[in-house]
Order: sequence, then C-alpha cells, then structure tokens
Amino acid sequence: MKDILTNLEQNFAVSNIEKKRDDLYFINVEKKQIISVLTYLKDYAEFTHLAFLQAVDRIEENQFQLTYMLYSFQHKTNFAVRVLIKRDNAEMISIHKLWKHAWQYQRELKEMFGINFPDSPRVDESFVLEGWEEMPPMRRDFDTLEYSTKTFYQRPGRSTNDPKKYMEKKLYKDFAKSPVIARKDG
Amino acid sequence: MNKKDIKNIEKEMKLANEGLTEKERTLFSDARPSKVDLQNKYFEKFFNWARSQSLWFLGYGTGCGAIELRPLMTSRFDIFRYGIAPRPSPRQSSVFIIGGYASIKTIKRIVRSYEQMQGPKFVIALGSCTINGGMYYDSYYTINRLDHYIPVDIYVAGCMPRPEALIAGFQKLKKMIIAGKCDGMNKYAENFDWYKKNQKKIIKDWNMPDYNW
Repeated sequence: MKDILTNLEQNFAVSNIEKKRDDLYFINVEKKQIISVLTYLKDYAEFTHLAFLQAVDRIEENQFQLTYMLYSFQHKTNFAVRVLIKRDNAEMISIHKLWKHAWQYQRELKEMFGINFPDSPRVDESFVLEGWEEMPPMRRDFDTLEYSTKTFYQRPGRSTNDPKKYMEKKLYKDFAKSPVIARKDG
Repeated sequence: MNKKDIKNIEKEMKLANEGLTEKERTLFSDARPSKVDLQNKYFEKFFNWARSQSLWFLGYGTGCGAIELRPLMTSRFDIFRYGIAPRPSPRQSSVFIIGGYASIKTIKRIVRSYEQMQGPKFVIALGSCTINGGMYYDSYYTINRLDHYIPVDIYVAGCMPRPEALIAGFQKLKKMIIAGKCDGMNKYAENFDWYKKNQKKIIKDWNMPDYNW
C-alpha cells in the first residue's frame, strides 16, 4: 500500500492523503488528472472494483465533491478518490470507458445534482424522477418542504414535536441538561 | 445556480407529455367509467356477504409496507383462514393494498392498476404515509394524501402496522362491505374529473391512456 501512495504522490498532483482505517484511504485529485489516476489505480494497483460514485453539494464553497470509491480484492482495501468541481455549469469527465457500469451512477448524478457527464451513454434519460420539471432536487438550494406543500395536498391537523423540547418536557429531564445534549453533538 | 443554468437543464429534460401514439390508442377503451346502480335490495345484501367472504388482494408492493404482506400470506399469520388470498393480476383481484409511501412514479402504476381492477373494488391504505405523508411529508417525490388520487375505503395507521393490525383492517373492511358502505368505485366514477385533475397535476409525463381498463 505504501508503494502505491508514494507512486501516486510522485507522479500525480495528489493532495490530502488520509488514512481513515487500516483498510480505508482517501485522496484528493485534480479534475484533469482523474482519468490517469483511476487508470493507474485500476490497471497497476489492482483496485479493480468501482463500488460507487457519489456527490456532495458544498454550497458554501460553491463546489461539488465527487467521490469515486474503489475496492481491491487483492489488498482487501477501500480507496476513495475525491474530486472538487465547480458548482456552476457543473461538468465532469465520464469514466464509463474504465468501468462500464459507471454510466448508471453518472445518469443518477445528472438527474439528482445536475452534474453533466458529456459522452456518457444514456445520461439524459430520467432515472427515478419521471417528468421532473424543477431544478435537480438533491441540490441544497432546492427547498423540498416548499415544493411539497405547493404540489401535494396537506392534510390539516398534522402536529410535530421538537425532539429536544419534548424530551425536556416529558421524559428525561436530567438527560436534557447533560453535557451530551448541551454540546449539541449528539 | 444562475438562471441560464436552470434553463439549460430544463431544455435537456424536455417532457414527453403527449400520451400514447396513434397505434397504441386503438388498444384501449375510450369510455369513461360509469356508475353501477344497486341491484334488488335483497340480492345486494346477499352479494355483499359473498363479496366479503372472498377478498382477493393484488400482490403489488408499493412501499416498505409490502414487507408485512409476506408473513400475512405465509404460515405465521395465514390470511387464507379468512378467505383472503393474494392474486398476481389486477384483473383477478378485488382489494388493493397500498403499502406505505407512494412516489409519483408508483402513483402512475397504482392508478393504472386500480383502473384495471374489476368492480367492486376496495382499497386498503397501509401506514401513516398514505394518510398525511408520515415521515415523508416534506419529500419532493412522495405524495401526502392518497385519497386525492384514488378513493380509499379504510386506513390502517402505524409506521409500519403489524400484520395483526392489517388483519383487523380486513375484518373492519368485511363489516363495511356487508353494511354496503364501500362504494369507492362509484365515488371514483362520479368524481372522475377531479381525480384525473389531481393525478395529472403530479404525473407530468402522462404517457398512458386517460381511461385504461
């Protein structure tokens, strides 16, 4: 594993190498080098399996973060390659020639986040949303509650409880004052 | 996201809201559903009793609630004791169980299956998602109230209700059928335009026939 990491560092513009677990590594790669890095990992470092490809909307930094999760049956190790791309007119290089099944992930990302993958097969077809007219729903500036109240019929009389207040009022009076709740990380 | 971007996405995702092609149109009936009048009062009582004794439900799992149908059919709860059996086709079944949340994609299939069922037909809505949206009340792609799209005879509340609750729902449905209170089919025929309006509001790519039985 060490050889692979040093090789990556020497030959590619790789940053933020993190070892999360013994069998889980994260690296950041430039957008231009994604094909060469993935080709190296697939053909030389024996990371032959693309487990998933997903996106995170980092609206504060005006970026999308794409994660390519690879798995090696030889090393028994997960390897995540992260790429940051611009949020406006988001576009990414298609990797369907490295892994055939990547077209399906790319089609989903096109629909849910509006990230375009030119030349990817069937990328314009709808994946889950049939006849969607709004902006891609997984973008964080899409207000789902507003859309839901506008589109679907609400049944009056629905009430909700704020979990923290409910706990303070009813169940665990001492627990609500405990440092776990006060720290707001629970 | 700027306006140009939105426009581009809209252009790429153009809707095919044109219904069926000319060739396929001839395959479906274009008659609206009509109200079925009651027969002789005493015959109707006998028919209602007979209907309640053999409820065949459509084995179509529309959400997470469909997982409750498996123990219901098999030996643990054995729904066949009550004369209730699953059927593979909407044309053979009289009860439609909506198992929990229904996305727009599923609603399209639900409407189509419901219209293909032969009358008299009954709908059991399972779980709180069908009542007011449940935990998906603010979701962008699941409906909140099922009774705006197809008529519902009985609700079984819970998230998820146990198979016992579903059996209780079936028993209640039987009583309602014997009392002659379950006429969802006629309700659907009478308020057909309203139902179609609601369905077409959410199903944007309407590529199925308007009247499909």
